[in-house]
Amino acid sequence: MAEALLQAEGLVKHYPVRAAGLRQGRAAVRAVEGVSFAVGRGESFGIVGESGCGKSTLGRLLLRLEAPSAGRVLYRGEDLGRFDSRRLKAFRREAQIIYQDPYSSLNPRRRVGELIAEPLEIHGIGGPAERRARVAELLREVGLLPDHARRYPHEFSGGQRQRIVIARALALNPGILLADEPVSALDVSIQAQVVNLLRELQERLGLTYLFISHDLGLIEYVADRVGVMYLGRMVEIGPCAALCAAPLHPYTQALWSAAPVPDPTARKARILLAGDVPSPVRPPPGCAFHPRCREAFGRCREETPALREVAPGRLVACHNR
Amino acid sequence: MAEWEPVAGLLRSKSATLGLALIAFVLGVALLGPALAPHDPFRTAPLERLAGPSAAHPFGTDSLGRDILSRVIYGARISILIGLISVSISLFPGTLLGLVAGYFGRRLDSAIMRAMDMLLAFPAILLAIFITAILGPSLPNTMIAVGIVYIPHYARIVRSSVLALKEQLFVQAIAHLGGGHGRILFRHVLPNALPPIIVYATLGMGTAVLQAAALGFLGLGAQPPQPEWGVMLSEGRQYLQIAPHVAAFPGAAIFVLVLGFNLLGDGLRDVLDPTLRSM
Repeated sequence: MAEALLQAEGLVKHYPVRAAGLRQGRAAVRAVEGVSFAVGRGESFGIVGESGCGKSTLGRLLLRLEAPSAGRVLYRGEDLGRFDSRRLKAFRREAQIIYQDPYSSLNPRRRVGELIAEPLEIHGIGGPAERRARVAELLREVGLLPDHARRYPHEFSGGQRQRIVIARALALNPGILLADEPVSALDVSIQAQVVNLLRELQERLGLTYLFISHDLGLIEYVADRVGVMYLGRMVEIGPCAALCAAPLHPYTQALWSAAPVPDPTARKARILLAGDVPSPVRPPPGCAFHPRCREAFGRCREETPALREVAPGRLVACHNR
Repeated sequence: MAEWEPVAGLLRSKSATLGLALIAFVLGVALLGPALAPHDPFRTAPLERLAGPSAAHPFGTDSLGRDILSRVIYGARISILIGLISVSISLFPGTLLGLVAGYFGRRLDSAIMRAMDMLLAFPAILLAIFITAILGPSLPNTMIAVGIVYIPHYARIVRSSVLALKEQLFVQAIAHLGGGHGRILFRHVLPNALPPIIVYATLGMGTAVLQAAALGFLGLGAQPPQPEWGVMLSEGRQYLQIAPHVAAFPGAAIFVLVLGFNLLGDGLRDVLDPTLRSM
């Protein structure tokens, strides 16, 4: 891995829940529970997991859209939590976000050109004419036409809107792009186009991607390395090719066995998990996965396994590996 | 063009078109006032007092023999001005207070909204009477009083829109880009909070005219001999049994203008309601 651009150190995020009754203030949703990993410059890091596992919260913590309850995020080796407002604004310029829902991430009352030029205005880049030229360039870059700048978001389809969001995210020449389920709100036929655009942009602009998704096929396609989350913890991290070919953690194995394979003749062993994901308000003691794990033994119920390197570049949090 | 959709939609609605026509009619009368009025609205003629409608005085004359038609025509100016000015007096501070309260929340929100609740606790007309009693009875003070009374209404409407809007992704996205509060509030939150306010302000013009007329009727608003419709109504009250036209015509004028604003407001609500508009 190249030099670490973003590094999470023991990130924790708890959301207090106001439970009715006497024992108020104690309960909390443990959205992220001690996550550490690093993302290298120019790397595409995929974060997978079921809904509710904390992957979106992790993304928000990494870009300091929210402050962690504990732990810290290092950007180029410096603690983001200690940045003053000026440096944070500079960081905002460097790290951009593509949201899941392209229908709600664009102000319906502003023209596309104004929306894309807005980051340039906020950071005081260029004059009106330069911004107009840059907007036209960006629109072309994401496969739209410069004329589209005069239209309103509601005149576009979901895929086109996501292209507009991407154009806005690229306006400031960012180094980091957080894509939080960037295509899951789109039609399947459009998803591939947008994903290919994202990949192409990464190659051309040398971007660092944080790719959050529940879609394993998508992650396999775009990520260099993958982190698998379960109930707020990273259970496995590894290079995408190796991890996808031979997952190590029992949860990862079950997850991958559930992914559809585009071959009607393929027969593969499904690992069926019993029960539901436990509540993040009261996660099981020890390894959070043990109530559903077929390999669980005594130690799993008592001791939370740490993420260990079991092979070069492959980290697993499991007592059995 | 996207901008013209609401206007076209408005004209498709019969009641909104009628409302617009009524307002346009009163506005036209107000603008052309002196040219339309057949007589001097202030000239008294003791010999012609309380005369019924005739060719010389289509709306008849009042207790001092003044031509009621001319007075109603001159009164249109006053009423339109009352509507515009008192709504402006409540609209701008109310919107600003609602924006700030909804957006910044916490203690500021509590402080602003509790103050608004205090104003809301009084019946509107009572509060208006109270304020004019302090400021002294006059037309400008009526507008100020009616304006202040309705500030909390705008603050509440704007605040509730802002509470929903500030959670919207497109608003948060601007903060994620590094945009400041001013940009977020005035470029992204306010424009999306406007439609309900536009509707309410239109309806509010009608209410303001009515409230000002009520204050005039009670002797706290415009003062005689000003041809304000509420004052005229009050003067005509004493002669209701022998000369009902003295009160009827200014009353009808109030009715027409308030009806116009209400119909237009209802029409605007239908047009601007996002749930009724196709994306």
